[in-house]
Amino acid sequence: MLLLQTILSGVLIGLVYALVAVGLTLIFGVMDIVNFAHGEFLMLGMYASFWGFALWKLDPLFTLPLTALLLFGVGAGLYRLVIRRITDAPMLSQIFTTFGLMILFRGLAQYFWSPDFRSVDQGVLAGKIAFAGLQFGLPQVVAALGAVATSGAVWWFLRSTRLGAALEATAADKEAAALMGIDAQKMFALAWGLGAACAGVAGALLSTTFPIFPEVGANFILFAFVLVALGGFGSVAGAFWAGILVGVVEVVGGFLWDPAYKLVLVLSLYLLVVWLRPQGLMGKA
Amino acid sequence: MSRAGVGRSVALAALVLAAVFPLVVTSATWQNTAILMLMLAQLGVAWNILGGYAGQVSLGHAAFFGAGAYVSTLLALRFGLTPWIGMFAGAAVSAALSVIIGWPCFRLKGHYFAMATIAVGEIVQAVVNGWDLLGGAVGLSLPLQQTGFWYMVFNRSKLPYHYIALGLLLFALAVNWLVTKSHVGYYLRAIKDEPDAARSLGVSLTRYKLYAIALSSGLAAMGGTLYAQKELLIDPGSTLSTGLSIKMSLVAIMGGAGTLTGPVVGAVLLTMIEELSRMGFGGTGRGTDMVVYGLLIVLVAVYQPSGILGWVKQRFPAPAAPAAPTGGKAP
Repeated sequence: MLLLQTILSGVLIGLVYALVAVGLTLIFGVMDIVNFAHGEFLMLGMYASFWGFALWKLDPLFTLPLTALLLFGVGAGLYRLVIRRITDAPMLSQIFTTFGLMILFRGLAQYFWSPDFRSVDQGVLAGKIAFAGLQFGLPQVVAALGAVATSGAVWWFLRSTRLGAALEATAADKEAAALMGIDAQKMFALAWGLGAACAGVAGALLSTTFPIFPEVGANFILFAFVLVALGGFGSVAGAFWAGILVGVVEVVGGFLWDPAYKLVLVLSLYLLVVWLRPQGLMGKA
Repeated sequence: MSRAGVGRSVALAALVLAAVFPLVVTSATWQNTAILMLMLAQLGVAWNILGGYAGQVSLGHAAFFGAGAYVSTLLALRFGLTPWIGMFAGAAVSAALSVIIGWPCFRLKGHYFAMATIAVGEIVQAVVNGWDLLGGAVGLSLPLQQTGFWYMVFNRSKLPYHYIALGLLLFALAVNWLVTKSHVGYYLRAIKDEPDAARSLGVSLTRYKLYAIALSSGLAAMGGTLYAQKELLIDPGSTLSTGLSIKMSLVAIMGGAGTLTGPVVGAVLLTMIEELSRMGFGGTGRGTDMVVYGLLIVLVAVYQPSGILGWVKQRFPAPAAPAAPTGGKAP
């Protein structure tokens, strides 16, 4: 029973990891750029929730749509301002551009909001829910459900809307998509906006249970990388299933073995998979 | 004077400056900054063999730096072995480790390789963190009783560290220079620019990538030993962090990846930026130094992806080579 409880806890946190990774893989799939500053989108989402709560007593759940919009703006704006200039640059300068942005965002957060740990301590959600002898924190359950809903919405958007299809077409073949009249610039900005919004929503969902500080993104970016590579670069569905897998491996590994080694376990799993299947679990060869 | 001539004069002037700097500047803080700058330059030069010449972006090089630091320290603590020998033992262990890591990872290309090396670096850090033999999270410290040249521990003056760091840097530069002049260097550049063409001509990509990572990691490990001797305390946070790995690559890229002296230029620049932004804004403790640092990285990466030396080359293009050789030696 305890093991089942642990496995399900892993699934819950894994679903939130998945949402962060869905945003990252979206950007990667469309542009072939790995965004090292992705954890900082999550950090901004957390701070947006925190300030909504601290200044206006609005619960992160109520401000969540605003947070998503705000981060969409940040992502798309960042594309217009910076990323647009490195679309065709060598991989090295792409890596270091987004890496520099990561440091810049952390520095800005520290400058404006201080390095202190903040928390949203009185969310509307509190307590536990019990189900068939298992117990889960309500905030965790809601975060997981919110993450599933958002990931599902992105998946639906890519599958069932014209805009989503245009985005997928750009990811598959930039030149051919341009010949069909799809404006690649708009698609890239859209990918960055959506990617940032996903991370922002994840940040909002986590803001009631996690401490909020300028470098909080570092905890999540490594897992997001693992998920993206595990699921197959650019594969939204792959990132989602990888999230659940990694969440379970992390929590169950920490439970059965030493919690200090759960990162080693997750990263080893990742190396094993990319070594055996470089394209990831669900990526195309 | 030709551009090569100017380059050589600048290099000579920089060498003289590096040699006399700690004799002229007596501030302990500045002397320490100079040592750290030389060490950073050496690591950038080491990284450059794999990341710059062969184009395999490693973001896990701290693992090799740490291997050097831990092996020589452990040998000194357990067997009283001098770090002068421990340094080469560390380099050998590090090179062996890098081949074990490199062999599977070189199946991956581009971003995939870079991200796998981050994972490897993080795994090594986490494992050492939990390994009691290596001091765990507390780390290992070298005793201060045994000082002098043989033990590579100097407590009265930091000057010897400065010259050891300078010597290591020159050694790394010499290794790099030899590599670029040998057939290995040509193969590495071919692997970076035209991997498919290189393979079709019978160049074993994996074999030469393994040569590059072994050399690169061995040199980084020697820097690790010097770090351990200078600080006398090593722990996973200071010797194995991904931040350190990224810094090594950053100096090479800022100066000019794939050029001999680029990492040195990058290390000078990065150290100056860090020190100036720390002095100018760091006192406020509000992260302004990070803002400046991050902004500069973005600006260089976006507007000058070939680094400072790339900018110099564009700004002062080499004159067209004369049609017939005219007595003097070719540069």
